[in-house]
Amino acid sequence: MSTPGNRAAPSGAFEYLTTKKDEFVGWARKFSLFPYPFVTACCAMEFMSVSSTLYDTDRFGAALPRFTPRQSDLLMVVGTVTHKQAPILKKVYEQMCEPKWVIAFGVCATSGGFYQNYAALPGIDKIIPVDLYIPGCPPRPEMVIDGIMKLQDKIAAERHPIINDRF
Amino acid sequence: MSEAVFEQVREHLGPVAQAAAVAHGVLALSIEPAQLLDVVRGLKDTFGFDMFTDVTAVDWPEREPRFDVVWHFYSTRHFGRVRVKTRVPLADPTVDSLVPFYGSARFMERECHEMYGIRFRGNDDLRPILLYEGFVGHPLRRDYPKQKEQPLVPYRPQPDAKP
Repeated sequence: MSTPGNRAAPSGAFEYLTTKKDEFVGWARKFSLFPYPFVTACCAMEFMSVSSTLYDTDRFGAALPRFTPRQSDLLMVVGTVTHKQAPILKKVYEQMCEPKWVIAFGVCATSGGFYQNYAALPGIDKIIPVDLYIPGCPPRPEMVIDGIMKLQDKIAAERHPIINDRF
Repeated sequence: MSEAVFEQVREHLGPVAQAAAVAHGVLALSIEPAQLLDVVRGLKDTFGFDMFTDVTAVDWPEREPRFDVVWHFYSTRHFGRVRVKTRVPLADPTVDSLVPFYGSARFMERECHEMYGIRFRGNDDLRPILLYEGFVGHPLRRDYPKQKEQPLVPYRPQPDAKP
């Protein structure tokens, strides 16, 4: 996606090259998401269901969970995050390498859900940036698949600077 | 089967128990805080209530003394349950620890301490167990504000706060 307004206008050929490069890298990245499952609560059941054969997130290239944040580029926060756990989530997020994306899976991760008390964090976007929210308690697998596809669209439409901030 | 032992407990305690009634199959005893250790020693050694199930508290904001502290015991010999209740005031919410009798009381007293602020004399490790260091107040007391948060990680500026 070219944004000629806010940078020095490059030559037409360079602009064309940048756009094509972003399209290509975005296409490659959107089909090789490595999720880190930060699974804390009952949404895990739905996460297992959507990962396994019946719904199969492997079709979208987002199947192989990496259990270290350093090898993953998609943080899936599945379930309630408490204030006591918030530093851990923050540390996991900070350990992930760029580029990285975050999905808030379920209503607790999205907004705290029905927890409004001393214990629960009211939405993980209070501490880390979130790309995609999937509400539901728990969300249906169809919603999760729709969410992953929307995230893929977002990745495909993003700029992907790989050499410096312009290319 | 457990009714017989309930009757023995009642006879053994006599006037120490201010109330001793069977409710929902549980013998419920009300005692003074000072008699706790004697009563529990009797329950454990004489009557075989060898399993410590729970300790918790009940907050009655308008009542004086304000807190009920409630223990539950189970007998694996008689298959019966006993509930022991006592009252402590807000000014000095202290009861004796049951760690010398039941090792498993250690963690449950920690939980009761952080949630209600009950102090257990003799439990040397009352660090928070479910909450975290630095948490101010006791969240299950009635006067703790329902939506008060004490976040450990500072909140980032919210995206819907448009410039």
